[in-house]
Amino acid sequence: MLGAVFAVTLATTALPDAAKAEGERFVLVSHAPDSDSWWNTIKNALALAGRQMEVEVEYRNPSTGDIADMARIIEQTAASNPDGIITTLADTDVLSGPIENAVAKGIPVIIINSGTPEEAKQVGALMYVGQPEYDAGLAAGERAKNDGVGSFLCVNHVVSNPVVGERCRGFADGLGVDLGDSMIDSGQDPAEIKNKVLAYLSANPDTDAVLTLGPTSANPTIEALKENGMAGQIYFGTFDLGPEIVKAIQDGTIKWGIDQQPFLQAYLPVVVLTNYVRYGVLPGNNINSGPGFITNEGLEMIERYAGEYR
Amino acid sequence: MADQASTASTPAAARDERVRAQSPFRKALIRPELGAICGVILVFAFFIGIARDSGMFAPEGIINWGVVSAQFAIIAVGACLLMIAGEFDLSVGSMIGFSGIVIALFSVTWGFPLWVGILAAFVLALAIGALNGYLVIKTGLPSFIVTLASLYILRGLTIYAAITTTRKTIIGGIRDVAEGDPVAWLFGGTLFKGLFVWLADLGVIGKFVAGNRAGEPVVDGVPMLIVWALALILFGHFLLTRTKFGNWIFASGGDAQAARYVGVPVNRVKILMFMFSAFCATVFATCQVIEFGSAAADRGLLKEFEAIISVVIGGALLTGGYGSVVGAALGALVFGVVQQGLFFAGVESSLFRVFLGGILLIAVILNTYIRRLITGER
Repeated sequence: MLGAVFAVTLATTALPDAAKAEGERFVLVSHAPDSDSWWNTIKNALALAGRQMEVEVEYRNPSTGDIADMARIIEQTAASNPDGIITTLADTDVLSGPIENAVAKGIPVIIINSGTPEEAKQVGALMYVGQPEYDAGLAAGERAKNDGVGSFLCVNHVVSNPVVGERCRGFADGLGVDLGDSMIDSGQDPAEIKNKVLAYLSANPDTDAVLTLGPTSANPTIEALKENGMAGQIYFGTFDLGPEIVKAIQDGTIKWGIDQQPFLQAYLPVVVLTNYVRYGVLPGNNINSGPGFITNEGLEMIERYAGEYR
Repeated sequence: MADQASTASTPAAARDERVRAQSPFRKALIRPELGAICGVILVFAFFIGIARDSGMFAPEGIINWGVVSAQFAIIAVGACLLMIAGEFDLSVGSMIGFSGIVIALFSVTWGFPLWVGILAAFVLALAIGALNGYLVIKTGLPSFIVTLASLYILRGLTIYAAITTTRKTIIGGIRDVAEGDPVAWLFGGTLFKGLFVWLADLGVIGKFVAGNRAGEPVVDGVPMLIVWALALILFGHFLLTRTKFGNWIFASGGDAQAARYVGVPVNRVKILMFMFSAFCATVFATCQVIEFGSAAADRGLLKEFEAIISVVIGGALLTGGYGSVVGAALGALVFGVVQQGLFFAGVESSLFRVFLGGILLIAVILNTYIRRLITGER
């Protein structure tokens, strides 16, 4: 009895307006665990695009970030016959099968965020919308080298995602140093990340720079640097933005942030797919949503929408 | 007993004043898996109600939640028998990651045939399972603590092994080594391909319309994963309900000391069940690695709790000595159908855990009520 009541209340509150089925239905599948705040921007931009194009959009992710679970979600999505699938390609080995099957079913697919344009082509996707990670890391590394950096710590909160790890490899290559032991597996827990960074920096006090790979690792790292007095002293760059990162760029703790503009990664595929399904038009090339270096100048718009659309 | 000849109307069971008469209907109803049966019916009714036209009950959709449920079932069978024997294994998730990486290291990194890697994974997993059991028996610590330690140790070792040998936490390329491997098919193949092609020709199953698989059915057979799940369920059910060893499992979990007094080899039973739990985790890992062509050090996160949840929905007692494998399998089915069904229904996926917690709570309350009916405890 209790169960029935419970289920009915949830069903009535949680179900979208499934009744109106005139709009196309697009599903975005990400690889992010529930705890990853960076993906809120993607969710918001997806919802915005859905409203503006008058289509139904759904966001799905594996709650622990397990890529094998994500493969099941893509299979499930294909089974529910959407008009298009927008998905990341966090691990080609695991995801190529399900994605290729969706393409073979005749469902148009756009790859966003993770993976490479080449991999996207291999799985039969229409296009790739994202930031080529290695190149972004390389550009950041060259920039840091010009600023006199010779050694660095890479705080990797998603060791399991090889594509994100490419950022560190690119950065090391840009600096012209070996990645070696400078990458730490920080895990996702803020307190753990903070203490691992503190431990690393006290064991290697002559580290020139810190590179974080997203808000998940950047925010605790900011705290760690404020605690050990290195804030503003050590060369600190980060990938991806968030409210705390923007603040830290303002007060000089972070030198620059690399924005891959997730807004575009969620918004543009919906627009592209809608027009593709309705009128059969398709841009002739992939779209690079980033990288853009964000420094202390021109933060106003970013500040206003940080964590929501930026 | 010669005067019993007239009781032909009540066959087999001779009337005995020491046994309380029960109606056959009540007998059929009162069993540990009743709660899970109700759960399955409720969940299916719910999703048929709200997600009927979403493709959830098309062949493709059925395979989808079927495979997810089968995955839960594989580890739930191991967790179920172990829990009935009165112990926990929290290292299941880590074991999945560990076994996968072992297979990948042996086959991809060191170039052994795939079956050697699979064999190595099973041998290591059984050894670690035995060690878990041995430590629990020897130290007298709760298995919750011992396996919590192995959860961390195994996960750490897995990441360390992957990083130091390949400098990556994901090892791909298993598809290539699986080509033509005799054992690979056992874990990653599909059965009844011909039947599914025939069904597709009849139009029961959709076909691929584009790409290199155009014309093939969208569902090309029953994955071995599901076969493994069914085999393990049957094996576990038979072991528990039809063998002497099954009685030993119940006795070990019910009251270990009393079981020892009547000559049950409690230590052996518990260690074997820890090994079986590790075995199930490795089956899970092997199927996953071969299906997806890569192993990752972080696979299987939180799977131990998903196994335990399935077992509890299936009516087993956390304190041991009571439960059923069929119940655990049904619990896994409820879990899988809910997890995938919410996607089909288009429910905001962050609500999945809310549903799961609710179902868990309702199932336990229902199970407790049913158990009191059966055992007469107050």
